Amino acid sequence: MVTTALAQTAAETAAEHTEIADSAHGAFPPFDPSTYLSQLIWLAVFFGLLYYLLSKMVLPRIATILEERHDRIADDLAEAEKLKRESDEAIAAYEQALAEARQRAHGIAQDARDKAKAEVEDERSKAEAELEEKLQAAEARIGEVRDKALAEVDAIAKETTEALVETLSGEAPADAEVGSAVSAAMNERR
Amino acid sequence: MASEAATHSDTVDPIHQFHINNLVDFGQIGHSTFAFTNSALFMAITVMLIVGFMMLSTRGRGLVPGRMQNVTEMFYEFTANMLREAAGSEGMRFFPFVFTLFSFILVANLIGMVPYFFTVTAHIVITGALALLVMAIVVGYGFSKHGFGFLKLFVPDEVPGLILPMIVAIEILSFISRPVSLSIRLFANMLAGHITLKVFAGFIISLSTFGVIGWAGAVLPFLMVVALTALEILVAVLQAYVFAILTCMYLNDALHPSH
Repeated sequence: MVTTALAQTAAETAAEHTEIADSAHGAFPPFDPSTYLSQLIWLAVFFGLLYYLLSKMVLPRIATILEERHDRIADDLAEAEKLKRESDEAIAAYEQALAEARQRAHGIAQDARDKAKAEVEDERSKAEAELEEKLQAAEARIGEVRDKALAEVDAIAKETTEALVETLSGEAPADAEVGSAVSAAMNERR
Repeated sequence: MASEAATHSDTVDPIHQFHINNLVDFGQIGHSTFAFTNSALFMAITVMLIVGFMMLSTRGRGLVPGRMQNVTEMFYEFTANMLREAAGSEGMRFFPFVFTLFSFILVANLIGMVPYFFTVTAHIVITGALALLVMAIVVGYGFSKHGFGFLKLFVPDEVPGLILPMIVAIEILSFISRPVSLSIRLFANMLAGHITLKVFAGFIISLSTFGVIGWAGAVLPFLMVVALTALEILVAVLQAYVFAILTCMYLNDALHPSH
C-alpha cells in the first residue's frame, strides 16, 4: 500500500509542486533536500523568536508570580507564628491572672472563715463564761441554801431533841448539852 | 494532511500529509527555494499558541492560580524540576533553552494530532537541527567552561589501562550517536504514528465504498483509529518529554564532565 502511495505521491508532487526544484520529484517529503533550507530558516526564526519571547517575557513573569506566592506564604506563616505566640502569651497571662484571682479568692474565703470561726469561738467562750458564772452563782446559792438549811436542820434537831427530852424526862435539858449531843449524832451520821 | 487533500478523494495517500507546500515564495537561494511554507506556518502557530496561552493564563498574576494559570505553572515547575534533577542547580542557566525546546516540541507534536494540520516534528531536518543545536550547546559550553577537561567525559575513572582505549572509543561513539538517536527517535515516532493513523483511516474510506457490508467492516478500523489516536497523543507527549529529559542529561555532561 505504501509503495503505491509513494508512486502516486510522486506523480502528484510533479503535478502540484512545480515550484519545487526538479531534483526533488518523487522524493519522500522528509528526505527531500530542496525543502530543507526553508525549514531550517523558519525553524531558526521561530525557535529563536520563541526563545526570545519566553526568556524575556513569559518565564520572568511566571518566576515572579511563583516567587511572590512563595514570599507571601512565608510572610503569612511568619505572621501566623507571631499571632500564635501572642495568643500563647495572652493565654499564659490570663492563666496567671486566673491563678492569682483564685489564690486571692481562696485567701479571702480563708480570712472570712477564720474570722467567722474566731467570732464563733469568741461568742462561745463568752457564752461559756456566762454560763460558768451563772453556774457558780447557782452553786453558791445552792451552797448557801444548803448551809442555811443545814443550820436550820441543826436548830430543828436541837428543838426537836429538847422537845423530845422534855416530853420524855419532864424537864428541859441544858441548851449546851443538847447542842453537843446533836452535833455528835450529826457527825456520826455523816 | 495538507489543504489539497480534497483534490484526490479516490485514494488515501498516507504520505501526502508530510508534503511541504510553499505558501509564499521568496525565490531561490543558491539551488534551494526559500519560501514561507506550511511547515513555517505551523511553527508560527506553535509559537503563538505557547506564548499566547502562557501570557493569557498568567495575565491576572493570581496569587491563587486559576485553572489555566495552574497549567502554565505546573508546566514551568515540571520542566524546572526535570532540569534540576538531571543537571543540578547549575543546570538552571539552561532553563530558558530547555523550556523553549520542550514546549516547542510538545506543542508541535500535539498540533500535529489535529486532522489536516501539519506536523512540524515529522521532518528529520527539524528534529536533526534541534538535536544538533543541543549537542552544539553541550560541546560549546563544555569546552568553554572546562577547556580540555571536557574530554574527561570520554575517559571514565577507575578503568584498567588495558581496556581503556576500547572504553574511550565506545564513549566517543556513543557521544556521536546521541544527536542521531535523539533526532531519529522523535522524527520516526511522529512519522510512523501519522502514517499508521492515515492508513487505518484509509481502510475506513475504502471499505465504506462497498456498501452496507463494507460499512459494517469499517467499524473495526474505525475503532483502531480511535485507539491509535489516544496512543499517538501519548506518544506526542512522551517523545517531547524524552527529547527534553535527554537534553537535560546531555547538558549535565557539559556541566560535570567527569563521571
